[in-house]
Amino acid sequence: MTNHWIDIKNADAFLIMGSNAAEHHPISFKWVLHAKEKGAVVIHVDPKFSRTSARSTFHVPLRSGTDIAFLGGMIKYIIENHKYFKDYVVEYTNAAFIVNKAFGFKDGLFSGYDPKTRKYDHTTWSFEMDEAGLPKRDKTLQDPRCVFQLMKKHYSRYSLDKVSSVTGVSTKNLLKVYEAYSATGVPTKAGTVMYALGWTQHTVGVQNIRSACIVQLLLGNMGIPGGGINALRGEPNVQGSTDHAILYHILPGYHNVPIADWQTLADYQKANTPLSKDPKSANWWQNRPKYVVSLLKGWYGENASKENDFCYGLLPKAEKGADYSYMFLFDRMYHGKMRGGFIFGLNPMNSLANSHKARAAMDKLDWVVVSELHHSETTDNWHRPGVDPKTIQTEYFLLPSAHRIEKEGTVSNSGRWVLWHNKAIEPAGEAKTFGYMLVGLMNVLRDKYRQEGGALPEALLNHDWPKTYDAEEWTRRINGFFLADTKVGDKQYSKGQLVPTFGALAADGSTSSLNWLYTGSVTEEEGNKTKRRDPKQTAMQEKIGLFPNWAWCWPVNRRIIYNRASVDPTGKPWNPDKALIAWENGKWVGDVPDGPWPPQADEKGRHPFIMQPHGFGQLFGPGRVDGPFPEHYEPVETPITSHPFSKQLSSPVYKSVSTNLDQLAKPGNPAYPIVLTTYNVTEHWCGGGETRNVPNLLEAEPQLYVEMSPELAKEKGIKNGDGVIVESIRGKVEAIAMVTVRIRPFKVQGKTVHLVGMPFCFGWTTPKCGDSTNRLTPSVADPNTTIYELKACLVNVRKAKQLIEIA
Amino acid sequence: MEVNRRDFMKVSGASIVGLSLLQLGVDVKPVRAFAQTLKIEGAKEVVSVCPFCSVSCHIIAHVKDGKLVSTEGDPDYPINQGALCAKGASMLSMTRNEHRLQKPKYRAAGSTQWEEKTWEWTFEQIAKRVKQVRDKDLILKNDKGQTVNRLESMFFIGTSHADNEECAVAAQMARGLGVVHIDHQART
Repeated sequence: MTNHWIDIKNADAFLIMGSNAAEHHPISFKWVLHAKEKGAVVIHVDPKFSRTSARSTFHVPLRSGTDIAFLGGMIKYIIENHKYFKDYVVEYTNAAFIVNKAFGFKDGLFSGYDPKTRKYDHTTWSFEMDEAGLPKRDKTLQDPRCVFQLMKKHYSRYSLDKVSSVTGVSTKNLLKVYEAYSATGVPTKAGTVMYALGWTQHTVGVQNIRSACIVQLLLGNMGIPGGGINALRGEPNVQGSTDHAILYHILPGYHNVPIADWQTLADYQKANTPLSKDPKSANWWQNRPKYVVSLLKGWYGENASKENDFCYGLLPKAEKGADYSYMFLFDRMYHGKMRGGFIFGLNPMNSLANSHKARAAMDKLDWVVVSELHHSETTDNWHRPGVDPKTIQTEYFLLPSAHRIEKEGTVSNSGRWVLWHNKAIEPAGEAKTFGYMLVGLMNVLRDKYRQEGGALPEALLNHDWPKTYDAEEWTRRINGFFLADTKVGDKQYSKGQLVPTFGALAADGSTSSLNWLYTGSVTEEEGNKTKRRDPKQTAMQEKIGLFPNWAWCWPVNRRIIYNRASVDPTGKPWNPDKALIAWENGKWVGDVPDGPWPPQADEKGRHPFIMQPHGFGQLFGPGRVDGPFPEHYEPVETPITSHPFSKQLSSPVYKSVSTNLDQLAKPGNPAYPIVLTTYNVTEHWCGGGETRNVPNLLEAEPQLYVEMSPELAKEKGIKNGDGVIVESIRGKVEAIAMVTVRIRPFKVQGKTVHLVGMPFCFGWTTPKCGDSTNRLTPSVADPNTTIYELKACLVNVRKAKQLIEIA
Repeated sequence: MEVNRRDFMKVSGASIVGLSLLQLGVDVKPVRAFAQTLKIEGAKEVVSVCPFCSVSCHIIAHVKDGKLVSTEGDPDYPINQGALCAKGASMLSMTRNEHRLQKPKYRAAGSTQWEEKTWEWTFEQIAKRVKQVRDKDLILKNDKGQTVNRLESMFFIGTSHADNEECAVAAQMARGLGVVHIDHQART
């Protein structure tokens, strides 16, 4: 979230799309209802009618996988009807930038496409620079090569009729949404976008979100109370686990993972530290070297020195362009290339796409270590239905884990609040925390390397590793220490003291921090700020629900990021009634501003989007692998064979793997004419591994069902409550039919297209509740993130003669 | 008399079993007296955070003699203000349910059953296997002769259930081993 949960109440308009907030983030939804009571318009755009729809001002069903067409139409509407916030667009976004003359777009492809490698060369996705090395700008927005004009042309194709024919949304409904939401394109109104996995789990997932970013920038909704792009985040600490990079492609704090071409730390820093010649661009990532060196000092302690490149050489280096994510991991596992591994607090046998393949892949491992609260489809994959355990040669180690109430530490909520939770009771039986397991195991392993030697022992032994796990010690390690006596401003810190803010981190090895974003969460002056429970606010903060003294928030306790965009270039709030920051008597009041500098118009001022090298919001976004402007492409499995925007049916660069278990239904395949989308229920979490073991939750949502319209049910001879088989080209799943008007047939290109929806939280280890819905979904993924396309694929439905998986 | 927010929650909670909210305006003493007969009487209040979605609703755990006796939403936390969804409201049954794993277990290759093991045995066995794979498969140089120090044949996945501190441990450990296949729920 760029904003935070309470801030939702400040919105005048809501675009809830790719999310069923009322059922999946139920408590957050009361902030939506607060705003609605005060007159806000709440729009829910989603394939099915849910409790979110019921509480919205209106619900607009759209065919799953057509969000960019829908939003492209909105961008066209905003531009052509002059609904955009012009001063904001000119001053704070890259609308006025002049784009490289060689950049182009034709037949659904951007310039630089290589069909052989299915990749783009991004060279032409760039800006023209003036003599001083600054991007050329035309603030009149009239230059035909400026971003604004290129964008206008790009989306001119997204007419109401075309958008309607693809999305299945009537032109009347399209206009209703476009008008209502674009009314926030004035200084005194705010619109917020709330999304979740309904946007990310597509082969165009990142571009779905990019489309919303463009809408928000055009309407001046970024950086303001009641605005922003708000990823609701379904998982318990997924903000924190991402920040700390349990991910192959980044190091903690959002630094690219080292690749083989960057052999030295200097190579790494050079390749990853952006330059800007504009004195008014904060270009915050120019500070990256300080954060990376502090991370290495945090990891390797006294063994890291300037002379040995801070042990950078010991880190694993990826091959350039290599993808080590789930999809490729399980593909390599299926091919017998993986020998063993760890699966902690995760149920991939249920929650990843194409479960049949994932389950078969796991059988190829020599050993696996699984840590869980309960038995799950993953811990017990070796005796799944239809498999003789005697034939499975994989050793399983099952480690019982403590859950949150049984341990202490911090989690980060979607609004980046870092929150301390206390340990209430001892873990069940001999269950232990993940921290205990990993620290303990690593110590046994380190002892073995000390005693026996082995491959590159120093890669393990050089780490600064504790004897036992103590959560708060790691809170402090994450925050970071001074490793030499240091003066910050007029304050003297001695070696071993906590670093008060990331501004004091250094690239010379004199500081450590396991994550620069969290520096300042524990300080010598104020202790562990994640434990703060102080509701104190100024009158200005109270008006917008800002709680600066409750816990702590990254970065530097800034509650709404990009907040310099909430004021005009002289520092006056665009909306004085809901002021977030204001420049008063030579200083900022309100939220912690995005950097200490004076307002933009001041000689020493800075542009507001400080994380971008040039300091401007990116309408034209050259950093994504699939294009600088979002373009509509169909899901890989689509019921149609052409669309009106271009000849390019699906994303030209989506990622996939190919084995005998990775079959895909051809577009418009008559054997699989129905769109399947997946979701979850309030009572279960993700793959259901925990919640199906909680008797009252299982009682509330006991079995797998498939929601379908009465029209489809009639066509298929299915009645409400019947057992049915849902089948894709990859597998079949038993479910109970839920015939409901919550799902409507779509009119797409003049023909009826049916959609069905299923939760994915049920699995065979809970007797007779059904088994993985993901046996139906394909291993195809977004080219930026490699997130699977779980939200749109093709199936067929028929009445079952008998049910085996469901009682 | 002053009724603070926490007392109000106690009273309104108690009202479910037959006491009228009207009594708030009259005299809360009998309500207080009733509240003291509840199962949370004498229990210690410990603030925790719901382990499901990232709204991170705060929960008060009532603990008596080291046992969890009740959980409820934290009325002071400004985001959830005491409210919880069905999952958050199930913390008690989630903690106590009979399905919880209690001991480390091992399933041998080709076996049809689990065996209970000690932590010590489990760590030793896992460490042996990790070391064996790492010593055999660690790639020190790639085809171009560049130093890469990576272990491709072992993976580490999970978890967004871990605390920030545990995530930091996991992230450091995985890189120390040379593991590159690292992933978790953020990608689904």
